[in-house]
Parts: sequence; C-alpha cells; structure tokens
Amino acid sequence: MFSTLNSLFIAAVLAGTPLLLGALGEILTEKSGNLNLGVEGMMFMGAITGLAGSYYYEQAVIKAGGSVSGVLSALIALLCSFLAGSFGALIYSFLTITLRANQNVTGLTLTIFGTGFGNFFGEYIGQKAGGYVAVSDVTKAAFSKIQIPVLSDIPVLGKLLFQYNWLVYFAIILAIAMAWFFNRSRVGLNLRAVGESPATADAAGIDTTKYKYFATVIGGGICGIGGMYMSMVTTSGVWVHGCVSGYGWLAVALVIFATWSPLRGMLVALVFGGLTIMRMYVNIPGLPAQIYDMLPYVATILVLVITSMRESKEHAQPKSCGTNYFREER
Amino acid sequence: MSAEKGKGKEPLIRMAKRDTLSNQKAWCIRGVALLLSLITGGLVILALGHNPFSVYTSMVVGAWGSSTVIRETIKIAVPLLITAIGISFAFKMKFWNIGGEGQIIVGAVAAGYFGLFTAHILPKVPLVILMMLAGILAGGLYGLLPAVCKAKWGTNETLFTLMLNYIALAFVKYLMNGPWKAPGSSFPKIAMLAPGARLTKVLGVHWGWILALVIVVISSIYLSKTKQGYEIAVVGESNNTARYAGINVSKVFIRTMFISGALCGLVGMLQFAGADYTITEGIAGGVGFTAITVAWLAKMNPYGMLVVSVFIAMLERGANTIQTQFKIPASAADLLIGIILFFMLGCEFFISYRLILRGKEEEDV
Amino acid sequence: MMKEGEDLSASNELAIKMHRITKTFGKVIANKDVDLELREGEILALLGENGSGKTTLMNMLSGIYFPDHGEIYVHGKPVTIRSPKNAFSLGIGMIHQHFRLVDVLTAAENIVLGLDGGLTVNRKEINRKVEELAKRYGFDLDPSKKVYNMAVSEKQTVEILKVLYRGADILILDEPTAVLTPQETEKLFAVLRNMKKDGKSIIIITHKLNEVMAISDRVAILRKGEYIGVVNTAETNQAQLTEMMVGRPISLKIDRPEVEEKVERLQVIGLTCLNGDGVKALDDVSFTAYGGEILGVAGIAGSGQKELCEAIAGLYPSIGGSVLYSVEHEGTGTVVKERILGLKPDEISKKGIAMAYVPEDRLGMGLVAGMDMTDNVMLRSYKDNKGIFVDRKKPRELSEKLIEELEIVTPGVETPVGRLSGGNVQKVLLGREIACSPSVLIVAYPVRGLDINSSYRIYDLLNEQKRKGVAVIFIGEDLDVLMELSDRLMVLCGGKVSGIVDPKTVTKEEIGLMMIHVDHKPEDQGAAAGDEEENRNETDGEVRS
Repeated sequence: MFSTLNSLFIAAVLAGTPLLLGALGEILTEKSGNLNLGVEGMMFMGAITGLAGSYYYEQAVIKAGGSVSGVLSALIALLCSFLAGSFGALIYSFLTITLRANQNVTGLTLTIFGTGFGNFFGEYIGQKAGGYVAVSDVTKAAFSKIQIPVLSDIPVLGKLLFQYNWLVYFAIILAIAMAWFFNRSRVGLNLRAVGESPATADAAGIDTTKYKYFATVIGGGICGIGGMYMSMVTTSGVWVHGCVSGYGWLAVALVIFATWSPLRGMLVALVFGGLTIMRMYVNIPGLPAQIYDMLPYVATILVLVITSMRESKEHAQPKSCGTNYFREER
Repeated sequence: MSAEKGKGKEPLIRMAKRDTLSNQKAWCIRGVALLLSLITGGLVILALGHNPFSVYTSMVVGAWGSSTVIRETIKIAVPLLITAIGISFAFKMKFWNIGGEGQIIVGAVAAGYFGLFTAHILPKVPLVILMMLAGILAGGLYGLLPAVCKAKWGTNETLFTLMLNYIALAFVKYLMNGPWKAPGSSFPKIAMLAPGARLTKVLGVHWGWILALVIVVISSIYLSKTKQGYEIAVVGESNNTARYAGINVSKVFIRTMFISGALCGLVGMLQFAGADYTITEGIAGGVGFTAITVAWLAKMNPYGMLVVSVFIAMLERGANTIQTQFKIPASAADLLIGIILFFMLGCEFFISYRLILRGKEEEDV
Repeated sequence: MMKEGEDLSASNELAIKMHRITKTFGKVIANKDVDLELREGEILALLGENGSGKTTLMNMLSGIYFPDHGEIYVHGKPVTIRSPKNAFSLGIGMIHQHFRLVDVLTAAENIVLGLDGGLTVNRKEINRKVEELAKRYGFDLDPSKKVYNMAVSEKQTVEILKVLYRGADILILDEPTAVLTPQETEKLFAVLRNMKKDGKSIIIITHKLNEVMAISDRVAILRKGEYIGVVNTAETNQAQLTEMMVGRPISLKIDRPEVEEKVERLQVIGLTCLNGDGVKALDDVSFTAYGGEILGVAGIAGSGQKELCEAIAGLYPSIGGSVLYSVEHEGTGTVVKERILGLKPDEISKKGIAMAYVPEDRLGMGLVAGMDMTDNVMLRSYKDNKGIFVDRKKPRELSEKLIEELEIVTPGVETPVGRLSGGNVQKVLLGREIACSPSVLIVAYPVRGLDINSSYRIYDLLNEQKRKGVAVIFIGEDLDVLMELSDRLMVLCGGKVSGIVDPKTVTKEEIGLMMIHVDHKPEDQGAAAGDEEENRNETDGEVRS
C-alpha cells in the first residue's frame, strides 16, 4: 500500500510537470490580460521543435564524427521548444495586441495551427528519417532522473523528492520565481496592473503593449517547454502523433483551479498529474480502462462547476482578460 | 503641421478608427489577405523543397479533377457545413462551443445504437428516421449540459465543452474495446452498418448534402427573421440588455445550445450512416474544430459557410493528394488552414482602422 | 470677450502653452486649432459643455491622445508628449474623471505603479512615504487599504496623491467634483488652494459655473471643439460665461410645471437588497411615487441608486420588502395594486403594466450598440405580435417617427445606434420608452454626457410625461438640476433613505449632509405630494449637463 502510494506520487509528479509548465505559461500570459487558448498549440510546437532540435543536433554531430553531449542536446531542446512556443505566442500577440483580433478565436486558431504544425513536422521529419523520429540514448539519459549527491540517497524521501529529471526541478523553481515576481517585484506589480486595468496602467506610464507582448511571448515559450517535456520525457524522445492532445487544455483549466497563483499551480498540477496516471497504480475492479481514462476530464468539469459557484475578488481572473486595449478608443 | 522640433519624436505609425469602409473595399482587403496566406503557405512548401505551384495545382486537381474526387470533396464539406452552422448558433450568442467534436461523437454513438442493433428488425425508412432522431437528441443533450451550468453558475463553457470531447472520445474507445466490439474481430473495432441501412446516395453522395443545403436556408431564416433568432443576437451583444428586454437569458442559452449540439449530433449520424458505416475514434476527425474556422471565416453567415466549407474541404481533400504525390503529410491542411485564418483575423484590423505614418497627413492602407 | 495671451506667448511664466491643436476621431473633430495657456501658479478653469472637447484637449497633455496638428510648450520649451510617461517626466499629472485605479491593489501600490526604482516593492517604505505626503496636503488615507474597499472620495484622494507622488507641478483635474458631496467639494477646493500656495499650476475641467467662480483665477472656454477665449474670473460673471460657452444668451432655468391631480402609482415598502459581497445595497427603502410629479433621487455614487432602479424593474434580486404597482383596469376603472417585486421584466409586462426604465448604462443595457434603430426600438416589444417571426414593420415606422419628432441626428434607421452621438443615443432610448405610454418612468442619469441643448430637450420630455400624469423617478447626480426639476427629492445614503425633502425649501448643504449621514433630516420624511407651493427658488444661472 505504502509503496503504491510512493510510486503514485512519483508518477504524479512526472505526469504533472508538463501540466504545471503549461499552466505557468498561461498564468503569466493571463496576468497581462491576454487569454491565450492556444496553449495546446504552443505545446505541440514546443514538443516537435524540442525533439527536432535534439535530433538534428545528434545527426550533425554523428555526421561530423563527434560524440553527442547529453547536456548540450537537452539545452538545445530547451531553447528550441522555448523559441517555438514563443513564436506561436508572438503570432497570437501580434494579432490580438497590435491588430486587435478576438482573443478567443485567435487562441483557438493557434491551437489548430500548432497541432497541425506539430503533427506535420513530426510526420515529415519521421518520413525523412525513414519511419519515425527518435533521439539517441545519450539524449534520453539527459532527460531521465538525476542523481543528487547525498539528497538522492536519503531513504524514502530521496526517492520521493530528489530523483526526478531536471525539468521537474526547473518547473518548480520557475513556479517559485514566478510567485516572487508577481508579489514582490516592481515589474510584476506593473504587469498585474496591466492585466487588471490597462487604462490605469497606461495612465500610470506603464508601456502596456510592451508588457503584454513580453508576458505573452515568454508565457508561450514556457508552454513550449511543457510540450517538449511531453516529447522528450513522457514519450521518451520518440515522436508520437498527437502526443500533447488534451494536455494543453488541461493546463488552461489548471490556471483556473490554481486561481492564477503559481504556487497553488504546483499543487493542482500534482493532483491532475496523478489523475492522468492513476489507472496504472490504483486498480478499481470492474472499471474499464477507457472509462478510467476519463477521470482527469471529468474531474476538470466537476472542479470547473464548483469553482464557478463561488466568486472571489482577489483570486479571480485578471479583469481585462479577453478584451483588447486601445488607448485612443472612444 | 506638427512642430519642426517635435517631428522626429512623433510615433512612427499611429492608428485611427476608420469610418465605415465600402463592402467592395473590405472584400478587396480580405482577398489580399487570402492571397498572402497562400503565399506564406507556398513559402513553407518551398522551404520543404517542393514547387508551391505544382503542389497547389495538385491540391486543386485532387479535389476537383474527377467526378470521384468531387464526390469525396463534397463528402468532406457536408459535415463541415452542418457543424459550422451548429457552432455558429452558439458563437452568435458568444457561447464558445468548442465541443462540436464530442457532440458529433455522441450523435454517432446514439445513431449507432439503433443502426447496429435494430437494423435486422426495422425497415430502412423508420430506422433512418430513428437514427436521425437519436443522433440529434444525443448531440443536443450533450450540448445542453455546459449550457445549463453556464446559465446557472457562469461555468466556463470553453473548457467544459472541450473536456466533453475527451470524455466522448474515451467512451467510443470503451465501446470499441468492450460492449460493441465486433464479434470475431481481434482488433478493437465496431461492426459495420448493414448495407440495407446505409443512407441512399443522390448523385453519388449520401443525401446529407441535400439536407445540408436545406439547413443553410432554414438557419439563415431562423437567425434573421424569427423572434428566437433575434433573441440570440441580443444575448450575444449583451446579457444585460437581454435581461432588460425581458429575455430569459438562461432559456436562450439552453435552447440555442441544444440546437447547436443537435446539429453536430446530426452530423455524427450522417457520418456513421452515410460515410463511415462504422464508429471509430476518428469519427469526428477534427471536424468540430475546423468548423469553428469555417463559421468565423464566413462571419456566421450560413451562405458564407457554404462557400467556406467547400473551400476548406478542397484543402483537406487536396492534402490527401499531395501526401501520396509529394509525400507531404496530410496534416499540412491543418497548418494551411491555421495560416489562412491567422491572415483573415489580422486583416479585419485594416478594415476597421487606418494607419497614419509619421509626418504624413493621413495614409490609407 | 478678450483674446489675451498673444503678448504673453514668449513669456517664461507660462507653465503650459498649447498652440493650434487639432484632434480628430474618424470624421469627428474633437478639437480644432485650439490655443490654451496656463500660467505658473494659477488655477485655470477649462469650461465647456459636454462634448466641447475639454477632456480630449487635456488628454493630449497627459499623453493619452496624440494631436493631429499643433504644438505644445511646457515651461516655455516645445515638447512632444507621446505617452503618460512623457507627461510625468514633464511634471504633468492628470486626475481622470473615471478613476484609473487597480481594484485589487492597495492605495500605496496604486500610487507607485509604473515608477522606476528598485527591483522589488518595499511595501513598508512606500506606505510610509505615501502617508507622509498625504499628511502634508491634509488628506486622510490608509495606504494599505485595497481600492475595492474604498469610497469614491477616497479613490479620488489616491488619484491626486498618485500625481503628487510623481512630483507633478502641473495638475489637471477632470470634473473632480462630479462624484463629491458639497462638503467634500469644499474640502477638495481647500486642498487645491493649498497646492496653489505650494507653487503648483492647476487646470480644472468643469461645466459648473459656481465652481468656476469659487476656485479659479482665470477661465478658458471651449465650444464645439473650438477655443472661444479666456477671461479673468474676477472680471466676469456667470451670464457672460454661459454665453461664451453656449454661443448665445440662454436661460438656464429648468421648468417645473404644476400638476393638480396626483394619483399613487408606485409604492415601495421596506425594499432590501444585497450586493455581490452580501452587504446591504438597499436597506429598508420605502417611498411612494405619484403620477404628475417628478421624484428626484440624490446620493453620492454607489449609494444604491442602480440597485433601486433595477430591483423595481425586475432586474435585481431582493431579500425583503415589496413593490406595489397601481394598475387601472380598462373599462371598469378600478385600481388594483399588483405586487411586482421579484417578477422578471416580461412577467411584469404580462400583468398589463407599462413601466418604462431608462438605465444608466445606455449602450450596455438599454440598447444594443451593434444593432440598427429598428431592432433597438422593438427590443421591449418584439414579443407582442403572434407567431414565430418578428415584425419589423411597426418598429421601423416608430423609428422614423422618433427621428422626426425628437430630431435624432442619424444617417438612417439602418445605422447601428452605437455610432450615434450620446445625445442621440439617449433620445432613441427615451423615445422608445415613452412610446409604450408608461404610467411610471424611471430614468437614471439621463443627461450624463449630453450637451446643454440635448439636456434641456430631455428635461422637457420628462416634464411632458409628468403633465400626462406619469410618475417620473429621476436619478440624478447634479444637485442643482435635481433641486430645480424635482417636485420631491429623496436622498439616499449607503442604501438607506436619509430623507425625502421639498427641494424648494431645503438648502444644498443640508442635502449634502443627508448624502453622508442617514440620521440628518431637515424636515418630515415623505412630504406629501399635494402641498407644493407655487413660488420656487430662482436659479442661480448654473449650467447643468
């Protein structure tokens, strides 16, 4: 029983991390007043470019006769996925901030585009590679669990807390940094003002356009990294058609459950990470696997309904979310 | 004129709201945007090492080159068109129903229940009517659920409808693996619909296309001429105004989402009984999402959706051709649709605003 | 009128000089070749009616808008103000009419918003600084209070401190007294005089002549986007200012016709409502509205006016009390009192009740901005015909009639009403509501944002309804207008009725006190409708919007 719980916890952390990354990216985006429903698309873009980055780096090194560096390969994946996610968010930003297109529809389009982008290039690169894309063992090793001296060797706790892949720690540090940023830093305060009331921020001398662009583009980059986690960790460096499917949307839902707080985001990501993999660890007799698979989605709906029943001034979506701001509008 | 000293610091480009632009000019701008999106798509094709002209040509030929492929194209357009109309009902009242996918699936499943298990008892006509009613009812009820929660508590319908997609998908997988698994099959799949129960073909395509055209006309009248259509428009503009006018906003939400879901459910039935003859996890095949694009590009106008859905169907059909001919994955269609929509969304700005360049008086775009 | 300033244009004692400023929005010319000069250390009133371009002109100083043409000089130097940040660095700070504050942040956080200095926000430090600054100018403010917990006057204090904190020496206040009680206005003026002593130059935008006379050194006047001139306050009078502002001599007297027969139309008893936070937005409100009179409702913003209107109209939930509507049955003539509290608007109209309501939010509640006039006119009556189809013929005819009778300026019935000017939008709305021959007419802030001509047209329409025996409930913000137009005046304070007074005998100061204290009652509550007197106070020539 105890060991099942332990392994469930570990699996939940692993499954929850891409959700956390996606949610963190979207929290940053929404804090600037942009509701970007393209998380799934940006995650797809990050997933394929991260994988492709590592893959092409390996191919180039092998061609040149060198040996592949796992760390470098991982960093390239990180950079590529971040850039791809940012690129998606940049399109979104340009359309909604500069050209004032409808945020909902632009986000949905980004999802359609990003999904197409991921699957298209996934298949395309796979075709060129003669079947499917997969990275080498060295890169795979760079994305498997790390061994921290002393800490990882602590009985039980070491395994529970200090034996994950580096992206898990990256996501946790990012969440903490983001919480600090929103609550303590001047720029974070300004960003919140932009999301709550762009006219106020503007009148206070804050460059709302710049803030919106930066928050949305960096947020998109973080979503991209979340997608890269899916292709590099969850599917172990092999391109699987539609591998992100559903996760991006869960991440959007998580933002609501986390009430726009990065720290609470860690908790809800853990819970929903757990729900997505629970089937493998907790067997419920008589429940077919496919019905069990509905669990995270059903839970999302339930939590959505419950959270919508209560209202709160402070823990609510930034007020200007979903609407565009134009200073000279009359 | 601006002060000589201040001139250098004036913003490079400023924008100002336009007075209304003539329809002709507006369509010109949209045309240019479409062209630019195709050029952008062409550049991607070029980057992949293909000749964009021959790829585009083969897409068009692949969609319209022979009566066989034309039928295929129409077969793709029918579900897109009906779903787009269904979704536009919800979108008109700013209810973001992105659960078309799930509503199609449950429609197909409900139709499948009668199609697969009562085909041997019932004659064709009552069976088809039964399947239709089942699909409509199931899709409508599936659309109703998020509408009720939105009406009662303001639950976020975007995520709700989306989650319902995944739930419907898991349910189909469950049916394929368990209760509805075709006897004797080693794969998880559902049996085929008996040939006698399949939809009759008219001009080589199941009669769903005639139904689609009828729906275009009826929905156009419904939205612009009836009281219910008027209520949808008022609710879409402002919930407050609607309440003030004595419109029961919850009722409109619920009624309209039922219609929206019902049309999607009908598509599920048509796909099952007219196109696929079975139910797989790909029965909706992204139609629920692509239809959003169709509805938006057509500005929620049913006749516009007719044109756009045929155009998108051409892209999708053409993408299959280029996959076999150029080994370009068929997902290229999604990519291209995304690009087109990006451009169309962006071009609306130039219809409502004009740019003023630094130093110039007023520059039209 | 004098066009002075030409000889001073080169002088260094000008804090601000705007020269030939033009700004257009689409086809609308908001400012045309406007000149304006602000001297160092003076209080300049910028006077003009609504829509004369005052705010637009000032927004070009604060960096919100960018002029199409023209030059701006600050302390004698030519400048380009591209953004609010530019304006701050030039020492210009604007206090907007609609507060620019972030609700979820504290006063101090709002004040330091957008400022440079340090990676982190030291809350202790900024709280201390803000408190210090507040003391210096005689403000009373808790720096760590969140804005959503603040009263309107507190929010204004935060706005002013925000500007002072940035070291502004040129302050622009846009209609600062619109939301204040007479007493609060006095307090604000004292602070402004303090600031003037401190060497600050101040522009105050207003359309209230008594305030102009009370606070300003000079008055600059705008009319229809054009600069009319500037006068020394000491050398002018209200009549001259009115003429400069309106363009012709005009009597600013509002009619108050007497109606003999007054019948009870609407009785509100103990009405109590909660707002979203569970606080009482209306607390035991009771009053009676009679046909043939205008019942004015005064109170500082957010005292329950909106909830009161909406609760009666069936748009706001209540937790107690009742609303009785007297319905005269055709033929028999017997009057039946219908309970309407808790009924939805369509249920109320099904009872044969014709109640008209012109809400505060004209385009967000009363009308649909994106629809044309026909579709808007049928908004409340589209269900009247049988069948599933809407009948657009009658509404279209009514639209054309309204355009003609109310002189609505529009390209045609097909133009979306959102494109019309504020006055015309209000005419469409009021015209539609009156067209249903109501017996009770509730109007909330009907002249807000309207120019003088449109405002007086609206007053006339209300008086016309009163003469017809309609009970008019008029929610207003301008005390002078309320006191001249109403037959009785109900004052709300924090959701409670602090009194119903006779506007002909009560003073403005007394009403001001009632707006902030419930227990202050200068005379008997519920002064009956019948005992009106013929004589009424002469107007002091003020201009209402």
